[in-house]
Amino acid sequence: MGTNRSFSKRFPRFSRLLRDPLGATGLILVVAFVLSAVFAPILTPHSPSQIAIQHMFEGPSSTYLLGTDQLGRDTLTRLLYGGRVALQVAAIAVSIGLLVGLLLGMIAGYGPRWLDNTLMLAFDTINSFPAIMLALAIITLTGPSLEMVIVVIIINSIPSYGRITRTQTLGIKHNEFILAERAMGAGTLRVLFRHVMPNVVGPLLILAAMNVPVVVTIEAGLSFLGLGVRPPTPSWGSMLSDGRQIIRSTPWPVIAGGIPLILTTLGFTFLGEALRDIFDPRLRKSR
Amino acid sequence: MLLYSLKRIGLALVIIFFAMLVLFSLIHLIPGDPVSIALGPRATAEIQAKYAERMGLNDPFIVQYLKFMWNALQGDLGSDVFTDRPVTQTVLSQMKFTVILAVAGLGWAALLGIPLGCLSAVQRNSFLDKFAGVLSVGTIAIPSFVVSIWALLFFAVMFKLFPVIGAGKSGDLLDQIWHLILPAFAIGLGWVGYLARIVRASMLEVMGENYIRAAKAYGLPNSVVVYRYALKVAILPTVTLLGVGMGNLLSGAVFAEIIFARPGVGKLIVDMVMTRNFPVVQGAVLLTSMLYVFMVTMTDLLAASLDPRVRKSI
Repeated sequence: MGTNRSFSKRFPRFSRLLRDPLGATGLILVVAFVLSAVFAPILTPHSPSQIAIQHMFEGPSSTYLLGTDQLGRDTLTRLLYGGRVALQVAAIAVSIGLLVGLLLGMIAGYGPRWLDNTLMLAFDTINSFPAIMLALAIITLTGPSLEMVIVVIIINSIPSYGRITRTQTLGIKHNEFILAERAMGAGTLRVLFRHVMPNVVGPLLILAAMNVPVVVTIEAGLSFLGLGVRPPTPSWGSMLSDGRQIIRSTPWPVIAGGIPLILTTLGFTFLGEALRDIFDPRLRKSR
Repeated sequence: MLLYSLKRIGLALVIIFFAMLVLFSLIHLIPGDPVSIALGPRATAEIQAKYAERMGLNDPFIVQYLKFMWNALQGDLGSDVFTDRPVTQTVLSQMKFTVILAVAGLGWAALLGIPLGCLSAVQRNSFLDKFAGVLSVGTIAIPSFVVSIWALLFFAVMFKLFPVIGAGKSGDLLDQIWHLILPAFAIGLGWVGYLARIVRASMLEVMGENYIRAAKAYGLPNSVVVYRYALKVAILPTVTLLGVGMGNLLSGAVFAEIIFARPGVGKLIVDMVMTRNFPVVQGAVLLTSMLYVFMVTMTDLLAASLDPRVRKSI
């Protein structure tokens, strides 16, 4: 009891997260997703692309825990490696999207009016394309690749980070501590990075957690359409697509391909919701 | 209201203008020669030269752009690389299927989600409220194409309750509705939860207002207070959301159309991406975006006409 109490005293927010059933579930799912993706090569004895025709369409067995696909590849192994792709895309796209959005949002909020208007118009223009549509237009020209998927996702997510940063920046721009700093002769860069950034970054991190499901969904969606990762690299989306081709003969690939996708999106959504309630109750209403 | 409407419509036109600029420039923005980008690596030099000539790719950028805009204003978005059919015609013939699907998806989501949110707010912290809360977050998080495939698997392939593919026989309305149910269910599911949450939050806010307390104090029955007074105001935020929802569902429709092999803009675009038929993709994306911007603008105007406070926000 004693240790428990000091734990919740030392990390009040973290222990609140653990006491919230949705938050705890989310955290467990997210940790499981990250660990299984990182340690995929250790967790499975099989290779994700090793073809074994003699074992195709096998049901679950002690060798192949979730059975095999149309080329005799181990489904579980491919799911684990598919998680690596999802994690990689999410990590890269979310961090770059967040950084660029943060930068542009601060510029829009702190800079001159015309620059603000220009950036907002650019954000509106990007938002005027339904997410998948812009991706399809770009990929028609560049050809499918994982890199393009990441680029498209970054372009798509910059406006939401940018907007929040801009609103936050506008909110504190005329606060006394900023005015004081400027009166003492601090340059724009110093004000932005030393004083504005620490104050706007909190909501962005929550948004990032909420954004991961969107990113993972777009990657899986484009791979599902055959416009993301190239075979034989496994992706949850392409596994679903393969499974759909053979849906009349066996339901397992389609079921197995969907579950990790759902668990991951659920995990990040639960976690994001819980974090938002803990760190910023005001944001609750605005959604 | 007039000033707000003009400003809002002006903004929409500017956004569409820039969207066109982006879509037009895309082929020039991607590094490399536009002709080989458009035709892919397998095209011969002869085909490339012909294509460049036909598409006017030998003209300077600004001439090409002005031509594109001028033609677009007259409803001409170019022609199919392979069949030479006008893009506008091709896209519009598919658009109706997509619009029907999106409207059906959003429709059932609104019919279920709005009352659910309302009930959750009225019976706050009840079992129903908590259940609906978890259900909402859950359905919002699940990708619509997973719902589509699983719906196809369970209701069409395993239990054979609904047809697997297609949009139904033309002219046979019942058959078409029959084919619409599963895809509309799949793309609308997430929006049930989303709308329920928004209505619940907005309802709780309104229920705390003074005029609601006054109405209660006058002894009006609870159902009258809730449905005649509170819901009328609480529904406003959802109006704006329905426009955004359309755009979201137009994206979701891409997957539903592929999975259920339905005709529609999404299926058209994906087919054309595979054959690198850029003019059709460009036209289809442009028309879809225009439809989306139109919907968002319309719902904003509707919200402004219902709620004077919105008008000041621009």
